[in-house]
Amino acid sequence: MENLTFDLSRQSVRELNQHLHGRPESLLGQHVEVLHPDGAHNIAVGINAPVSVTIKGHAGYYAAGMNKFADVTIEGSASTGVAENMMSGKVHVKGFASNGAGASAHGGLLVIDGDAGLRCGISLKGGDIVVGGSVGSFSGFMAQAGRMVICGNAGDALGDSLYEAVIYVKGEIKSLGADAQLEPLTEADTTALADLLAQAGLGHAPTDFKRVASARSLYHWNADADQDY
Amino acid sequence: MSNSTEHPIHFKRLQREESASFDRSTLDYIHRASSTGLYEIRGLGAKRKLPHFDDLVFLTASLSRYPLEGYREKCSTRTVLGTRFAKKPVVLDTPITIAGMSFGALSANVKEALGKAATAMGTTTTTGDGGMTSEERQSSKTLVYQCLPSRYGFNPDDVRRADAIEIVLGQGAKPGGGGMLLGQKVNPRVAQMRTLPQGVDQRSASRHPDWTGPDDLTIKIQELRELTDWEKPIYVKVGATRVFNDVKLAVHAGADVVVVDGMQGGTAATQTCFIEHAGIPTLAAVRQAVAALQDLDMIGKVQLIVSGGIRTGADVAKALALGADAVAIGQGVLMALGCNRDSYQQGGQTHSAEADYTALGTQAGYCHHCHTGKCPVGVTTQDVILEQRLEPDNGAKHVKNYLKTLTMELTTLARACGKQDVHHLEPEDLVALTVEAAAMAKVPLAGTQWIPGHNLG
Repeated sequence: MENLTFDLSRQSVRELNQHLHGRPESLLGQHVEVLHPDGAHNIAVGINAPVSVTIKGHAGYYAAGMNKFADVTIEGSASTGVAENMMSGKVHVKGFASNGAGASAHGGLLVIDGDAGLRCGISLKGGDIVVGGSVGSFSGFMAQAGRMVICGNAGDALGDSLYEAVIYVKGEIKSLGADAQLEPLTEADTTALADLLAQAGLGHAPTDFKRVASARSLYHWNADADQDY
Repeated sequence: MSNSTEHPIHFKRLQREESASFDRSTLDYIHRASSTGLYEIRGLGAKRKLPHFDDLVFLTASLSRYPLEGYREKCSTRTVLGTRFAKKPVVLDTPITIAGMSFGALSANVKEALGKAATAMGTTTTTGDGGMTSEERQSSKTLVYQCLPSRYGFNPDDVRRADAIEIVLGQGAKPGGGGMLLGQKVNPRVAQMRTLPQGVDQRSASRHPDWTGPDDLTIKIQELRELTDWEKPIYVKVGATRVFNDVKLAVHAGADVVVVDGMQGGTAATQTCFIEHAGIPTLAAVRQAVAALQDLDMIGKVQLIVSGGIRTGADVAKALALGADAVAIGQGVLMALGCNRDSYQQGGQTHSAEADYTALGTQAGYCHHCHTGKCPVGVTTQDVILEQRLEPDNGAKHVKNYLKTLTMELTTLARACGKQDVHHLEPEDLVALTVEAAAMAKVPLAGTQWIPGHNLG
């Protein structure tokens, strides 16, 4: 495997990203290490190739944003919008993640070992998110498709205005959002949970999780009902 | 004398004194609200009378200014957008662009027609809240790709194959509100593109999921620039409310182009209270936007696109004279396709659409039923029968003719003002017919030196 190092104390994010936007054939199987990220924004944004990237420290906003195919590891914490709108591949945050982690992700897997901030998985569109710790309020807001696994607790208004995405929570849920409801865990759920937890390298028992999904009462206007929204 | 017990004849007249506060439209509103318990949703833009470009006129050349020959001399309409940071600015043959309208609101045929017309005219068309269709990408030489709060269908491949990116913060018809697409328009293809269950009454987000506020927007813009290797212009579109501050913040956040959509701007569906009671008229918005660019010394560096109720070449000329670099047209373009026309053309024949307007409880000329998906002329629909009423090539021809007419009117007025380039039109070429328009557009009331609120004393 070819190794390449970008030291952001001497090189720019622009140079790094330009390299990562090279021809997919030339990036195939390459491993890129990013030294001294020091919270820089937009690291490894828009990768479109099966390359692996390790960020040796903390990343700023939108790390690995809109990722396709790549495997990105952040050996630190990530700021707002990590792996936002990811299409495929995997993004692994070894520390904590700030707000909007995995926002509108269409595919791929985002793993956060620590806690995630507000609005984790907002507008999720098919991606999977596994959070080893807890998530902040408004997580899973308007999530349309995909799965979220929360091994710790969830804040207020979890899954507000959910569509077809499903959220699994092991710990306490401070409150559910409008139209989100607890549902019994099915066998398909435990199979999915076992798979996602294994991919994230976490040893929780799938049966310890609660399932949160949409009650689908906001899917259609109802002129006679009190308008709750 | 024999009639002494009867009232004088004039008291027998039917008493029909209409109330100004509770006029018939207000009565309809209250009766409807009391039967449904739900606000009214409709399409298009503000219907009430507002100060507009009609309230301005040009002071064309005479003795003190020298005109160009209207039919012979060159008058450039070339327009370049995105010169601030983008490696590949958008170059247009006319400053009249097609506004963002979604596949979902409009049929795939319509999107294709718009792409063809825009390409033929050397201008841009724009995607909407529903992603990019292959039809519009293929038919559009230069396509602007919107990044909206909902992020429906938003993906990096489409960002890369777009020619410019427009981050949408709001639209003039409903600044501060999210999109809306009622279930009857969420057909299988629309549902799949938006990752939604088929048939849901879809209400999109009003806030972007991954940023809040101008400082975040700065980083979001940088992300899109990084993704596209700094090639493509990035527009920021705002609904016209606090225009002066919003434009300054958008410029500060790094926009190449700012799009300001006034309250006459259209929508495929939103609450009537939003359409008629939120935002400011386009006329007022243009000048505030220009003042913001002047304040930041960004005239000529950041381009301004103005939209919201632009209908004619005269409207375009006035918007440009007030300081816009380009305009965007939505509703006018739909009307060119046949919106509110009593007939449609299909298979080389003209067919009456009147029965379908009647079925919607309206008439050609009054229709704003885009939200129902039952557009009698096949424009704002996803219905398999109705959408056939708009044939892409026929539609493209009409839109091309419309844009061509507007461009000719624009150059006619510019030449008469002595300008070899439509971008040389200036506020000094205009006066206002009403005090309101004079105050908003900051041009003198016709026949006076008076700009209300300015040059006092």
